[in-house]
Parts: sequence; C-alpha cells; structure tokens
Amino acid sequence: MPELILDGRALRVGEGTSVAAALALGGDGCSRTSVSGQRRAPLCGMGICQECRVTIDGRRRLACQTLCRDGMQVETRS
Amino acid sequence: MSEYADVLIIGAGPAGMSAALAAAPSGARIVLIDDNPAPGGQIWRAGPQASQPSLARRLREQLQQRANIRVHSSTRVIACAGLKQLLLEDADRGWLMVYDKLILCTGARELLLPFPGWTLPGVTGAGGLQALIKGGLPVQGERVVIAGSGPLLLASAASAKQYGARVLRIAEQASTAAVAGFAAQLPRWPDKWLQSFSLFDRHYRTGTHVLAALGTEKLEGVRLQQQGQIVELACDRLACGFGLIPNTQLGQALGCELDGQALAVDAWQATRRADHYAAGECTGFGGSELALVEGTIAGHAAVGERHAAQALGARRKRWQGFARALNQAFALNPQLKKLAEPDTLVCRCEDVPYSAITGHADWRAAKLASRCGMGACQGRVCGGAVQHLFGWQPAAPRPPFSPARIETLLCLDDTPPL
Repeated sequence: MPELILDGRALRVGEGTSVAAALALGGDGCSRTSVSGQRRAPLCGMGICQECRVTIDGRRRLACQTLCRDGMQVETRS
Repeated sequence: MSEYADVLIIGAGPAGMSAALAAAPSGARIVLIDDNPAPGGQIWRAGPQASQPSLARRLREQLQQRANIRVHSSTRVIACAGLKQLLLEDADRGWLMVYDKLILCTGARELLLPFPGWTLPGVTGAGGLQALIKGGLPVQGERVVIAGSGPLLLASAASAKQYGARVLRIAEQASTAAVAGFAAQLPRWPDKWLQSFSLFDRHYRTGTHVLAALGTEKLEGVRLQQQGQIVELACDRLACGFGLIPNTQLGQALGCELDGQALAVDAWQATRRADHYAAGECTGFGGSELALVEGTIAGHAAVGERHAAQALGARRKRWQGFARALNQAFALNPQLKKLAEPDTLVCRCEDVPYSAITGHADWRAAKLASRCGMGACQGRVCGGAVQHLFGWQPAAPRPPFSPARIETLLCLDDTPPL
C-alpha cells in the first residue's frame, strides 16, 4: 500500500489508486486553481481535459492517469 | 534516440489491442502505445475499483505473451517529427518513433457541453465519473445525479451504485419514444439486449436534461428540466456527458481526411493517407464490439493479410448496424445548445465566458479574440462544445499536441532533414 504526501500531509492508499482518487481520499478532491482563481477538480477522468493537472515530484502531471507511488509528493496549490 | 516499428499502434483500447494481436502472427515488429498506465482503454480501464471481463484479461495476457509486441504505457504523442516519425513522451523521457505502418486507435472522448455551474468541483463527465471510480475515487454514501445522453449513463450509474453511491436520478435527454424505439431493436444484438436488463435503473428518466449545477465553492445540487417540469435535487456529484466524439486530432495532424466528425476509412480500415489505418471509436462511435472487429481488420490489413481482413466484413457490418441505431436514438435535443448563460465559462483552461465567444465568424476568429481553446487541453473540451453549439470545425492541431517537457522537444534536433 503506497504512502504519498498530498499537500504536505501523509496519505496511505490502496494499490493501483490513481492520484485523482487520492485527491478525494486525502483532501477536498480539488486539483488546481484556474486562471481566474476558481478551484477545480478532475472532470473527464481520461486524460483529455487537463483539469486534474497537479505537481508530482516537481513535474506537472495528470492526476487521472498517474498511479500513486510510495513517497510521491503531490501539490495541488502550486 | 529512436525506436522502430513495422506497425505502430496508437491507443491500447479494444481496437488497438485487437489490431496488435491480429498483426502479430506475421512476425512484424509491433509497438503499441497508450497514455494510460495499463492497456484496456476506457471501457476496460484497470484500477482498484474496476472489474475486468474475461475477454479483457485474455487480450491483455496475449499481448504480454507475444514477443514481437512491445507495449509503452503512460506514453503520449507530442508531435509529428518527420515522414513516418512521431515524437513520444513518457514520465521519464522523450524519444522518436519511426514506423512503416500506423494504426490510429485513439478512441473517443465525451462531449461536454457548458451549462451554468459546470466548472464546480463535484461535476464530472458521465464516463468521467466511471473512470474516476475505477481508479479508486470514493463514492460511498454520496448522492449522485447522472445526466446527458446514451447508454454510458447507465453504465456510469451501475459503477457508482456498485461502490455505494445513491444514484438519485439518471437524466436522459432523448425522448421516451426514441429510447423505446432503440430498446425495441436491441434483440437484434442479443448480448446487448441482455446487458440492458442488468443496467436498468428505476431512477432513469427520459426527456430530461440538466439546466444548472448549483453551489458556490462546490456542487450542492442540480436543476433539471424533467419532462417539461423544473426539478431541483440536492446532490454531492453530477456526472454529465452528452455522448462521445471521436478523437481525430492526431489523424488530422497526419493528414488523414475526415468523414463528418470521424476519421474516414475504407473497407480495409485504411485512411486516405497511404500506410495509415484507423479503427475503433476514432472512426465513429460504435462500442467495443465494433472496435474489436475493426481493430482486427486493420491489424490484418496493415501486414498485408487481406484475406483474413476480408473474412470479417460481415461481423463489422452487424455491429455497424448497432452503432447506427444507437446514434439515431440518442440524437441531441436542440435545447441543449441554449444551456450556457453569458457568464458561463466555455473554455475551462483560459476561463473564457460564453459571451466572449459568440458573435465570431469561426473558431479561429473566436480563438484570436478570446484565447478560447488555447490552454492546456488545446481545445479538446471547448472545441468539441463549440463544434456542437455553432458548427465550427476545429482545425488540425499544431504540435505540441499536449503539454510536454523541454527535454522532449529537444529530441526533435535528432530529426534528419527531409
């Protein structure tokens, strides 16, 4: 069972869990802040809409297409 | 660095998997790439809350057993790098892929139409919610409303209920007559007929569509137009999708022609560009059975086995009939073009409201004036929406096709001059 760090807080999730699911398991489900300041959450679930983009270990990645891994650092407010 | 494939297949859903397996006995060097963490496409998406039918498991095992099939998961196409060359990127690196034959199995995405409140956290696509649940999204005890059009609404509801959600309403925009007419035809495809019984839900309402998602910081409820009456329901999630649109962007960028909204193909699943084939939902929505047979035909045709490809024509025709019946039944109500208010955001990447997009001559003029479609998704969401709303045809995309790292783009330096 991987343990990741979501916005500074440790979170243990089941094997094979997507980062998009982890956002809801360990937080309010939101992934990013839009250009006009709205909080947004995953929309299409399949790698099209880019709403679920988060910073993972310093790189911008799509939460819905990324699996949680041990020690992963996920930021939704950067 | 670069890699070579005799047959390169883009997309590892039912069409791509079956194309690879059909081409494999020829001994050709086959590479299958997909942007998800595992093969299966959307319908057979893997995850902690996904149940895989035995067919999906079997195809996945066969892919692993074939020594001449290489699967690159979590990999995207970033650019066309030259003649029969694509620039690819995964989590760690970028590289060039050189190919002889290409089979596009890029699938479809949901048509998401703008309505007031659709940007609130808690609103997803209909297939989107199902995909998120398969990936482990918790919905236990949540109140869910599913809206839009097509059989995907029932499939999404079934996944939500399986993981403990309370599905309050399934709002299908098509009329009772249209849905009943479709259901009456289903015995022609017995598997589908049986499946429809298992998916039926007493909260299903025809002639019903979303008017607005309600809430301030996050979704708190939904307003529906239900068979002529306005109804409001408090809910935690709204999953809304208006059917599927083919993913043709890469095909268009490669110079393949369109037939309506889909990639144009002939009896061999060949596009109008030589050595470039397409199969599955990117050639028109038809479901996994049609995608499987089209992929198999394309795989055979790409390695010159025309006899084997030809033998499958009747099976393809049978499932094309199902696709036609489906598309007729779930044609969209023109009222759905009027859901957005002037301040409703249409482009969610650049936060461009409806009022800034209307009144332009075409997509290009609207983009230049408002920045709509110029954000991270490159118009994949709002471009599909404005095509439905105003009939604007989005142009072929320009690279990079999706956000990419600078190191990846530097690989283009390796390209020999044309």
